[in-house]
Amino acid sequence: MARIIGAVSTSHIPSIGNAIARKLEKDAYWRPFFEPFVPVHAWLKEVRPDVVVAVYNDHGLNFFLDKLPTFAVGAAAEYHHADEGWGLPIARPFYGDQRLSWHLINALVAAEFDIVTCQEMLVDHAFTVPMSLLWPGGGEWPVKAIPVEVNTVQHPLPSPRRCFHLGRAIGRAIESYDQDLRVLILGTGGLSHQLDGTRAGFINKPFDLMCLEKIVSDPEELTRYSVHDLVELAGAQGVELLNWLVMRGALLGRVSQVHRNYHVPISNTATGLLVLENQPQASLLDYRRAG
Amino acid sequence: MNGQQFEHEIEGTPIFDGARAQKGYALNKMCYSFNEVANRVAFVADEDAYCARFHLTAEQREAVRRRDVLAMIEAGGNIYYLAKLAGIFGLGVQDIGAQQTGMSVEAFKAKLAAAGT
Repeated sequence: MARIIGAVSTSHIPSIGNAIARKLEKDAYWRPFFEPFVPVHAWLKEVRPDVVVAVYNDHGLNFFLDKLPTFAVGAAAEYHHADEGWGLPIARPFYGDQRLSWHLINALVAAEFDIVTCQEMLVDHAFTVPMSLLWPGGGEWPVKAIPVEVNTVQHPLPSPRRCFHLGRAIGRAIESYDQDLRVLILGTGGLSHQLDGTRAGFINKPFDLMCLEKIVSDPEELTRYSVHDLVELAGAQGVELLNWLVMRGALLGRVSQVHRNYHVPISNTATGLLVLENQPQASLLDYRRAG
Repeated sequence: MNGQQFEHEIEGTPIFDGARAQKGYALNKMCYSFNEVANRVAFVADEDAYCARFHLTAEQREAVRRRDVLAMIEAGGNIYYLAKLAGIFGLGVQDIGAQQTGMSVEAFKAKLAAAGT
């Protein structure tokens, strides 16, 4: 049976990708952001995931306003990055796991999440930058990947509660998969930031720090916020916290924090990094054996 | 009803909802095209012709002509698509942020840094 070994959440700002390309990781500006990934690399070597389910939001690479899904799930053999218009180097291709994708899709629709399925899907910086942060250095990616995309572009956005429940359904789907895979959930984006309007540059450190606590210990508390609340408290683009809520929802076991960082600013954004371990609960194991 | 679902305005914070998405469609579609380098080159070579091809409204055309981000947003532009247009002029999100808030880029960066302390 497949098992979710844990999750990582991290900001995905495009300039991080440029900093990697220019090897600026040890530069004074960048070091407080990059250095905390060193223990994450050690943890990944220890837990050895086979597949990553990456929850992110497209910023106008694959999806445009002509057809804009609320939730989309990849079902491709390969996922490609492409030119996003402002000079980020193009990441090497990612390999999918189509069998697991279709299992996930079947289970999500059965759970009444009427997602869009994508047999071709360009993945943007919100997917590629976190992957590069987790597995730096180039070469073949050591994991397969399945993208799960959430609309944060055009309101109405899915509610925090809906996103958390989508995560729950993803978690149940993975834990019921019949292959022995070690699965990592990746949630990307955030934390507080705003790019548009006269409030551009808005950052809310107390709210971010509260979210970093609650996402570990009491994520359902965060689902009491509305999207409007998140826009107000985390900034117009800080709603990317929705991706983190999907990520957290997928962890059905006993969850503990392995590692965390918070650093302000990178570009316009307050950055967050969280590594969570997911220990299966006995009741779930029994349920799976019985099933 | 124009799709506005929120109970109160958040000052200085545009909500890109159905009404804005409908109003800004042509402008955002043009900006989306800038994912391809050939289109960026075509825009730079003949901005008028390129804007005409996408049927920008007079308000959108004027906002683009003035490189005025707040005016582009007012005309229905979404910041993620507008960022692709800004990229053509070598402007990043901090430059855009400074312009919208009427600050120098240095002052805008200092404001961001101060938010972390």
